[in-house]
Amino acid sequence: MNGLIEFVKPILVPLICAVVIVAVLPLVAGYIVLMERKVMADMQARLGPMRVGPHGLLQPIADAVKLLLKEDIIPDEADKGIFWIAPLISVTAGMLAMSALAIGPWFQIADLNVGLLFVVGIGALGIFGIVLGGWSSNSHYSLLGALRSAAQLVSYETAAGMAIVGALLLAGTLSTREIIEAQGDYGVWFVFAAPVGFFIYVVASIAETNRAPFDLPEAESELVAGYMTEYSGFRWALYFLAEYTNMVVVASIATTLFLGGWLRPFAGTRAFDFLDFIPSLLMLGVAGYCFYRVPKQPVKIQQTVLAAVGVLLILVAGILAAPLVAPAGSMVASAKAGLHGAFWFLLKVGLYLYLFMWLRFTFPRYRFDQLMRLGWQFLIPLSIVNVMGIGLALVLHRQLGWSHWTAFPLTTVLTLAVAGVLASAGEKKEKEHAIMGEEA
Amino acid sequence: MLDQIVFYFFATLAVISAVLVVTRRNVVQSAIFLITALLATAGIFLQLHAEFLFIVQVILYAGGIMVLFVFVIMLINMDVSLHQVQFNRQWWLGLLLALVLGAQLKVAIAMGRAGLPLGEPAPATALEPSTQLVGRVLFSEYMLPFEIASILLLVAMIGAVVMAKKKV
Repeated sequence: MNGLIEFVKPILVPLICAVVIVAVLPLVAGYIVLMERKVMADMQARLGPMRVGPHGLLQPIADAVKLLLKEDIIPDEADKGIFWIAPLISVTAGMLAMSALAIGPWFQIADLNVGLLFVVGIGALGIFGIVLGGWSSNSHYSLLGALRSAAQLVSYETAAGMAIVGALLLAGTLSTREIIEAQGDYGVWFVFAAPVGFFIYVVASIAETNRAPFDLPEAESELVAGYMTEYSGFRWALYFLAEYTNMVVVASIATTLFLGGWLRPFAGTRAFDFLDFIPSLLMLGVAGYCFYRVPKQPVKIQQTVLAAVGVLLILVAGILAAPLVAPAGSMVASAKAGLHGAFWFLLKVGLYLYLFMWLRFTFPRYRFDQLMRLGWQFLIPLSIVNVMGIGLALVLHRQLGWSHWTAFPLTTVLTLAVAGVLASAGEKKEKEHAIMGEEA
Repeated sequence: MLDQIVFYFFATLAVISAVLVVTRRNVVQSAIFLITALLATAGIFLQLHAEFLFIVQVILYAGGIMVLFVFVIMLINMDVSLHQVQFNRQWWLGLLLALVLGAQLKVAIAMGRAGLPLGEPAPATALEPSTQLVGRVLFSEYMLPFEIASILLLVAMIGAVVMAKKKV
């Protein structure tokens, strides 16, 4: 019996993780959409979805059912086979990319030797779904959207890749697990050692996921809906699922590389151990808010659902608190690493997604030439300088024995100076262009 | 056993899609099968524990070059190529020549096998992380060729920019 368990375990655990990811991601994507609508409503002083479930909590499920039942239209002149398979490529690439990510020290499908490259490379294959879908629809709007998407991705992938290289220099490994452990050893997350790299990655990852202010492939004022103009029903939903999966993937990459992955803030300092209680307290706080809102719900069933959500949250808080109060060395206490790791990782991913939404609702959309200029003339040169800056800091620290606290701020300031020069040069050029345009 | 199944799966996939690349009339479908062929080759690399080669194949060929291919193909008017005849009537002659060439290669390899030392296969467990090895070798033993190659690429890139730009 034991022999059998030993034989099955290395296959079974990754398999369970894979099934969990494939099963949970669509639900998570649905709730990210709800979160986005709620955040948007809040920023525009509205309420957002309120009808389906308390505070619209069941809206994603209603949406999913609606999309499943909708009529699925395929244009007559479309290339049927490619039209049919294109959304699947996007979704598959996004989900496959999740497999090398470590969500907490316990939850990872495969700790690859080339982990981070795998996530970036496989995630980038999703572009084929967009490009082929746009082409096969046999519509000009779709084709234009697909072309824009391809051009945008190729341009910004370079900048994102160079930003990642900077952080990889600090970590000295490609395995997602070891990158996070390296940040623990450093005692500081890489976002503080390489803030410019983080900034470049944020901008480039927004462009790569085709989100506002860089959502030109689906600019509705120009292209109807871009590459998915001709899509409807469930295939359209698959494109949406792919987009939100990709958002989770880039947020996870940023969390792993720059935000310390599953590490608690001040993970190495004993004095900050009280932060271990934050997960439970946060859950309890949200549960308390749920109970506070229960009497204000208009319908009886909504009151019940909201109360149930509150009870569920208290349960989660209890589970998160259990390892802290259990006697040290017991099995429950050892569960702390996995549970709290997953909590911090998901919290950081959530905050990163919130940043995405925040930017979406505050910035107007870029023009395409502005987008290209930003990518090629500002971000790519800056990312190269950033890699050189981090290399310089590492040489100063490791070869010449400077301390962290002088080497990294010095090179950051140098990189920022270069960024200032690049930005002012770009502004000058734009002015010249404007004058030339007027003369023409 | 599992290794062999995986190998034959990827090898068959690569060969079939490579044949489809040249026989499909629709250029976009050819491009899709080329992507499949490249990914299948990447799968063979992975099966040989060459993780770095695998991911470079995916990122560079499938993710980079093929995106540009598809990008350009989409701009081509395909009505013409769809109605053109792709093969002339001498395909049997081509087949015959291919068979002869294949037979010659087979005979040549069979005769010269003694002169081709294949080397001992490395034990499957003693593999070091390949990414670090590639990096170390590239920046120590093959430093000069590596730098020459990067300068060549830089020159090519600048040349392309200069040629594409109307006035410098």
